[in-house]
Amino acid sequence: MEILMTIVAGTLFTSGVYLILSKTLLRIIMGLSLFTHGVHIMLMSINGLKRGAAPLLEEQAASYTDPVPQALILTSIVISFSLTAFSLVLAYRTYKEHGTDDVERLRGQDHE
Amino acid sequence: MNNIVVLPLFIPLILGVSLFFIRKHIRLQQWIAALAALATLAASLMLMGQISSEGIQVLHMGGWEAPYGIPLVADMLAAILVAVASIVTFACLLFAFHFIGEERKNYYVYPLMLILLCGVNGSFLTGDIFNLFVFFEVMLLSSYVLLSLGGGRVQLRETVKYIVINIVASSLFVIAIAYLYSITGTLNLAHIAERVAENGQNGLTTTVSLLLLTVFGLKAGLFLFFWLPGSYSAPSAPIAALFAALLTKVGVYVIIRMFTLIFNHQPQITHTIILWLAALTMILGAIGAIAYWRIKQILAYNVVVSVGFILFGVGVATDASLAGSVFYLVHDMIAKALIFILGGAVVFVAGTDRLREISGLIRYRPILGWLFFLSALALAGVPPLSGFIGKFLILQGGVQAEHYIMAAISLLTSLMVLYSVIKIFINSFWGESLLSEGEQKSSARGTLLPGFLLAALVVGLGLGADIFMPYVDQAVEPLVNPRIYIDAVLS
Repeated sequence: MEILMTIVAGTLFTSGVYLILSKTLLRIIMGLSLFTHGVHIMLMSINGLKRGAAPLLEEQAASYTDPVPQALILTSIVISFSLTAFSLVLAYRTYKEHGTDDVERLRGQDHE
Repeated sequence: MNNIVVLPLFIPLILGVSLFFIRKHIRLQQWIAALAALATLAASLMLMGQISSEGIQVLHMGGWEAPYGIPLVADMLAAILVAVASIVTFACLLFAFHFIGEERKNYYVYPLMLILLCGVNGSFLTGDIFNLFVFFEVMLLSSYVLLSLGGGRVQLRETVKYIVINIVASSLFVIAIAYLYSITGTLNLAHIAERVAENGQNGLTTTVSLLLLTVFGLKAGLFLFFWLPGSYSAPSAPIAALFAALLTKVGVYVIIRMFTLIFNHQPQITHTIILWLAALTMILGAIGAIAYWRIKQILAYNVVVSVGFILFGVGVATDASLAGSVFYLVHDMIAKALIFILGGAVVFVAGTDRLREISGLIRYRPILGWLFFLSALALAGVPPLSGFIGKFLILQGGVQAEHYIMAAISLLTSLMVLYSVIKIFINSFWGESLLSEGEQKSSARGTLLPGFLLAALVVGLGLGADIFMPYVDQAVEPLVNPRIYIDAVLS
């Protein structure tokens, strides 16, 4: 299971990086989104996925899933959600102001 | 347990959020924001007093003892930096009251500045690596908004770059945290340090430390600073001053913390890499500072040079060089805020930041001119100003540890820094005035109060170094001997 999830995370990283390197703002944001999802899946699977019990401890729990990575990705998902929302608004405003969403054409003359 | 530790986060957060509800009352917002910065300063000074008499102060949030809960750990280094961050924010707020445009005033610039301060203070004080990530994001989110606020074409373009780079860096940070958690099984900094020390820093741990170095190199502008000059010259002057003083310094602080507390067992690998990155940063930054003829660009490259210089001291990692790094870090936060405020005022008075189009300002703005000259000297480390002592200690440490090439590079780049800021001074203040009658009236009065405040600190830190030095020495103790930090948190 962990090996499968690692491959999934790797695929997400690859496609994320590919999209980040493209030239359209919307694709870049999609790429960032996929990249962070890859991170989340990696974080989730890094301490083992199936340990035979829920992350609830009883007095003499024989097995339990480590709850910490789950708490971490929950926080991380919320943060990346707000970042995606903000960058979508930013991309829209940039498109409105510059009249293009091509990063090549965003290069201004303002810099020497 | 000490509840004062939480105040430097709590005050700017609560007051900053409350400002969102009084959007229409700009005057009231200004008062509350200034008071919040001062209250944060008072809390951090109180904290410094307690640490100097009783040692490191720890607050276990919600009563969950470390390593299970999230502690806030105030050692002397964190407390000093929190105090300086509050002073700098106060000065930038005063500057912003006069210089920020209507379109920004009405759109939450003051609450965002306070929340930025909350994120910065949180990053300094937290004792948990994931909590560090969260506070970094608090800081970065408000910096994204501050950077794009006003919505100019250049600003939007630079924000896009800045946001993409920072999201990638933050993702790498989370990956590094995940690796570190799977290796050590804990997130508490002190606990991680203890486990790494027990099990030895093997190849895997060192690799993770280099991943962290990449992340914070991106955020601090250590070698990977290609994004910095663009985004620090885009926003309006008060915000640029706040960024220059605080944002990169948080990255520097985290590098100091990580590589003195946790990853200090393989210095021949990690610290050598830090040293070479620092040297390259200094050289490239100084070349950039010399090459450009625009005030904002020159100042932005100066930020890069000083990051390299501070981390040179960290790479050497002796008592003297670490004390120098801490001292220089404090100096640099104040001096960078000062020179960005004054540079912003010059741009405001002259109406352009192209040096070739500015001339003869000293006739109309003599005080601004002399303040700028003073801060230029401070930046280059001319005695008796505050930059000198930090530079002296770092160089002393570097020469004692026989890093002669690095020491030579840092001396050379100091001269280049001096040249670059004096170039601004000579070109904009000397010569015939190019200003017409109308333009002379645009006042720089709003800069004088924050300018004098910060200039007084620069001079005071230089002359009163004897008074300040015991605090720096106490800040260096846990850096040299991480056991002090670990025991304070875990006992």
